[in-house]
Order: sequence, then structure tokens, then C-alpha cells
Amino acid sequence: MASPAGRPLDRASHAVRRALTFWRRSVQARVVASTVLLSAAVVGIVGAFLVQQTRDGLVDNRVDQVIAEAENETADARKKLAAVQGIDVDESRQQDDLVEPIISRGASRGFAVILSPAAVTGGRLSDGGAKFTRGLDLQSVPESLQERFSEPAATAWTFTTIQTTRATPGLPEGPGVVVGSQVTLPADNGTYTLYYLYSLDEERETLALVSRALLTAGLLLLLLVAGLAWLVARQVVTPVRMARRVAERLASGHLQERLRVTGEDDLARLATSFNQMASNLQKQIRQLEELSRLQRRFVSDVSHELRTPLTTVRMAGDVLHDARHSFDPGTARAAELLQTELDRFETLLADLLEISRFDAGAAVLEAEDVNLVDVAHRVVDMTRALADQRDTRVLVDSPDHPCLAEADVRRVERIVRNLVTNAIDHAESRDIHILVGGDEHSAAIAVRDHGVGLGPGESAMVFNRFWRADPARARTSGGTGLGLSISLEDAHLHGGWLQAWGRPGEGSQFRLTLPRKLSQPLRHSPLPLVPLDAREPV
Amino acid sequence: MSATEQPTRGRVLVVDDDSSLAEMLSIVLRQEGFESRIVTRGDEALEAFRSFRPDLVLLDLMLPGKDGIDVCKEIRAESGVPIVMLTAKGDTIDVVVGLESGADDYVVKPFKPKELVARIRARVRRNDAPTSETLTIGDLSIDVAGHSVTRDSKAVNLTPLEFDLLVCLARKPWQVFTREVLLEQVWGYRHSADTRLVNVHVQRLRSKVEHDPENPEIVVTVRGVGYKAGTA
Repeated sequence: MASPAGRPLDRASHAVRRALTFWRRSVQARVVASTVLLSAAVVGIVGAFLVQQTRDGLVDNRVDQVIAEAENETADARKKLAAVQGIDVDESRQQDDLVEPIISRGASRGFAVILSPAAVTGGRLSDGGAKFTRGLDLQSVPESLQERFSEPAATAWTFTTIQTTRATPGLPEGPGVVVGSQVTLPADNGTYTLYYLYSLDEERETLALVSRALLTAGLLLLLLVAGLAWLVARQVVTPVRMARRVAERLASGHLQERLRVTGEDDLARLATSFNQMASNLQKQIRQLEELSRLQRRFVSDVSHELRTPLTTVRMAGDVLHDARHSFDPGTARAAELLQTELDRFETLLADLLEISRFDAGAAVLEAEDVNLVDVAHRVVDMTRALADQRDTRVLVDSPDHPCLAEADVRRVERIVRNLVTNAIDHAESRDIHILVGGDEHSAAIAVRDHGVGLGPGESAMVFNRFWRADPARARTSGGTGLGLSISLEDAHLHGGWLQAWGRPGEGSQFRLTLPRKLSQPLRHSPLPLVPLDAREPV
Repeated sequence: MSATEQPTRGRVLVVDDDSSLAEMLSIVLRQEGFESRIVTRGDEALEAFRSFRPDLVLLDLMLPGKDGIDVCKEIRAESGVPIVMLTAKGDTIDVVVGLESGADDYVVKPFKPKELVARIRARVRRNDAPTSETLTIGDLSIDVAGHSVTRDSKAVNLTPLEFDLLVCLARKPWQVFTREVLLEQVWGYRHSADTRLVNVHVQRLRSKVEHDPENPEIVVTVRGVGYKAGTA
């Protein structure tokens, strides 16, 4: 369905969703991640602070040293100039004499030197006329420093970036410090500025080394923290996960499942408490099971104990019933009554046993594909005698196609028969319709009568055991009062619905809906619960 | 109980620990023309069976002395006489266990006397009309009048019910019998669709006549319909 362009996006969002799920589910991942994040922040701050301190210390030290050296050189130069005082020399020569030794010393000691033009002319290096270590780019001296030395000033320094016009061995390059101090040439009595350019390369390298070391240490520290967090979280999470697994198994009915208890720590105590809980649960469930087993045994024993004498009574009743023609009328009638009441007693006992079987959870389904249309017709045949007796017609309204459901045909027939006999009982000789419907998800059968109907709230109560709409009303068809309860249990056993609708005077409708397959959940019914002819006008 | 002047329709051994029920049964049976003897203990049943030589046994499953299932097996071990179980439990397991131990039919208490009598009649009626006929099914030959089944002139021992079942299938080898039809034709009544009777007895029959009961060739299952005689 996704366009080709959308597919990688889908995959990406899928991956993101999976990652989020993992994140949500794994306590361990969250603990490790948050610990690492926090440690990274702290390590980062500490590292930055350390680097800052180291740099300041290194640079301050270097600057002090550089200024001392530069002042030394300048003092030397001044001394020399003072010595040549009085001899009239060409100023250019004097400049050379002054600067050449310093340049050569600088070459060996690793600094560069510039002698600016006379301050009178502005002292700007860009104006030309400066003498300097070869290969040096004059722009290495910042404008601000030159500005400062445009008039006589004391020694001053600043940071700069030393640039070269060509690579020369021994010539500093890159970040550096430039120190300026002034000398006065006797030749023209002009003030010249000597710029000394010192490299900070060594410091930079030291700093880089320190930074690298700190970074490595930080990363290792983070790794250690992550490992520790993982280990600690694992120690806590593993028992929790184990407890979860055991709890799941307990929940699925493996009651003998227990946690292993090792040591005496909090987790061990948790495990002990958990096991205690499981044991108590197991004991309770065992007790309940035992009770339920006893109950079932009791029901089965009662059934046996009750059935045998009932059989004897039944046979005796039959013998009397067969011989009633030779009795006087009173005794003959008594024999007849005995017979009919024995029938009722028998159905009641059978219904009670059926209900108790449901209660014990002992009811089993023998499911196959059942066509509800066939069921409807069979039930009509079965109940024809009763219907004729009550002067009621039972009509089947079914579609042409079969309405199939996976069901126990005996139980479904019992439900429908129940509904139909109930309807005949309450239809007051008006027609009864059996509606059948089905689709690929479900099949339904509805029994509609136009008799007395149900009062408000009664549509839920009809399924209660021994419930009667009107306790005073005659029990005509000999129902036991358990029929609809059994039908409801039967419907539930199939995962189906059995629902009732009714309105006083307008009759009622009972609808049985069964899923097409036993395992499928039921979502809708192919037939409406409220009959079409009874819909309120909208 | 003195022997009646008129000839009896058959002799029925009633094995039930409830003396009232047993007596009531014998009253009803006498009315229907059967002669009966009552045994109330499981461990006395076999002895009574040997001395009384009944045409049918009514057997309760819960008995003092010896379990009804065991009694059923013992009787079946020495005779093919029809056995009808009386059970208070209609649940599948009890019925199937009873049928598998050799009972031909069962009735669930409380039963209607007429229903019981109908079943007893169906079980003993067999003796009424023997026809001279020889059938073959697979490599078996059936002598209907002589009630014997032989394979390679060796007799195969079948109970009367199993024999009837086999004959029913062999008479119409082209026809597939549904379980309901077999119930009607072999058991002789239309029961409330308890097809377990047929299933269990087909299994028992197969275990006696098939070369390999796992791959039946004589009584073949037709899936979703029923059974038919094998063509082989």
C-alpha cells in the first residue's frame, strides 16, 4: 500500500517505534543511559575546567618568560647603542647593527624580531622600512600594538598569530606572543620599536597533550560508569525479570513455580515474599479446587443416589399407570397424576444436573458445522405437537443460503427448542416466527412471538434460575424454570450470545447468535435484537 | 420365583445392588414375559451367570464386591450373551468405558420401563428369524444361519451384536451406512442419536476381524458419513 518512496520512511518509523518500545520496556537501558548522560555532563565540565586552568598556567608562565627575555634583549641593545654614542654613523647602518645580532640570536633561540620604522614617521610596519627576520610576515604584529607604539611607550605584549611568507626552519609560526619595546637610535635620535615574536607552539602542544589525556580519561571514565550502571542495573533487573517470568507462569496455571532464593539481601527477601505469596495462592487454589472437586463428587453421588430410587418409582408408576383401567376412578386419576409429575420430576432433575455440570465447568462441546436453518426446521417438527395443542403456528423465515456455525448440535437444538416452547407458552395462539440469518462471521436464530411480551427490565431477568414473569400464572408446558438459564450457559459455552427483547403487549424476541468458528470473538449479529416491526418511529 | 407355565420369551439376569430396583425390574420383566434372576453383588454375578444361563444380562456399573466393568469383562470372556448396562451417569467416559469393556448397549437411569423393554427385546429378538444365507466380506465368509464367521476355514469369534453389525454391512456392500441407520438396523431402535454405541462397537469388531485394525479393510470409515463394507 505504501508508495516506493514511503517505504524506507515506514521502515525508519518502524525502527524508531521498536527502539521506543525497547526504551519503555527496559529499565536497564534507561538506568544506563541516564547515568552515562549525567556522568558525561560532569566529566565534560570538569575536563573543560582543567583544560582552562592548564592553558592559563602555561601561557602566563610563557608570557612572563618571554617578556623577561625581550626586555633583556632590549636592554642589551640599549647598552650597545649607548656605547656607540658620539660616533656619527649612518642611521641605516646603525639599525642593521642593532637588529642583526638580535635576529641571529632569535634564529637560534626560536623567536623572530622586527625593527619598526621610526616612530616619527608613524612607526607603522606596513609603511615599509622595517628590518626583520627573513620570511616573517609583517602582519603578524597586530594593529593595536603598533598603535600603542606610535608614540613612546613602555614594553607591552599581546597574543597574535605569527604568519610567515615562506617556511623557514627556526622561524616561529602559528599562535604566539608579540612583545614590543622601544629603543632610541643615536644616529637620528629616532625612537624605534623592537617587536619580538615568540611562538606558543610548545604550549599548544602541551595543552593538546593534556587535553587528549583528559579526553581519554573522560571517555574511559564514562565507559566505566556505563559498565557499572549496566552491572548494577542488571543485578537488580535480573531478579525482577525472573520474578516477572515466574509470575507469568504462575498466572498461566503453573502453581508449583517458585523463585530461587540466594543470599539474604533485599532481592532475596523479595523472592522469599514472592514465594510465600505463591504458596499461599497455591494453597487457596488447591482448597478451592478440592472444594469444587468435592462439590462435583457430591453432585455425581447425589445423581446416582437419586436416580436409582427415581427409576424404581418411575417403573412402579408405569406399572400402576398401565393398570389404571382396573382401578376405581380416584385411584386411576392418582396413577395418572403420579405419572405426569414423575415426568416433571425427571426433567427437573435432569435440568438441575445439567446446571450443576455447567457450574462445575464440566460441560464439554462436541462441535461441528451446524446449519441453523436445518435446526430451525427440526425444532419446528419437534414442537409441532405442542404448537397444535396450543393452536399456534410456528413459521420459519430463513434465507436461501445455509447459515453455518461451528457448534454442538445437541446444545443448539436444545436452546432453540427451549425458545420455541417458551414462545408457544406465551404467544397466546398468535403466530410465532423463527428468523434465521448468517454471514461469514456469525449465524443467528431469533424467535419472535406476539404474545404477552416482557415488562421493563425483565429481558435481563428471564435468564435467572427459576424466574417467572408472573408467579401466579399456570405452568402449562411443564417447564422447569431452568430452561433459559441452561440455554444461556449453552450459548456462553459456544462464545455466543443469547439476548431477549420484549415489550408488554407486543410480544418478545429471543435471539441466539453464534460465532462462525468457536475461537472467533463475536462482534455483531446478523439479525437485529429488536424486531423490525417493533421499531420506534424515529 | 417359580417357573411359569407359559414359555418365557427369554431369561434375564439382573445384577443391581439396589434390591428395590432389582425387584421392580423383575416385576416389569415378568409382565413382559421374561424370566429373571436377581444378583445384588458383583462377585456373585459370574457364578449366577453360569448357573442361570440367561439370554441377556442387565448390569449395574456400581456394585459391591466387584466393579460392574470387571463383571462385564468376565462375562464377555466366556460368552457373547447381550449385556445392557444400567448407569446413573450419562457422561461420556462412563458410557464409553462400559461399552469398551464389552457391553452391547446402555440405559441411563432414570429410564422409562418401556424404553428398557424395547432394548431388551431388540437384543434377544435376534434369535427369532434365522435365515439360511452365506455372505462374504473381504476374506471373511459369514454363515448367517449358523451364526459363524470364518477366515481360511478358521472361526472368528464374534458376539451376536458384532455379528449383526457385520452382517448388516455385508448384506449391502455398495451402501454407506450412517451411524443413525446402523443404530436402527442393528440395535433395533432409534436412540436419542447416541452414535458412541456405533463407534465403540465398530472399534471392537475391527479388533477381531481386521488384519490391521489401524488400517481397516473390512469395515471402512467413510469420513463425515458413516461406515461401509470394504471391497477388498
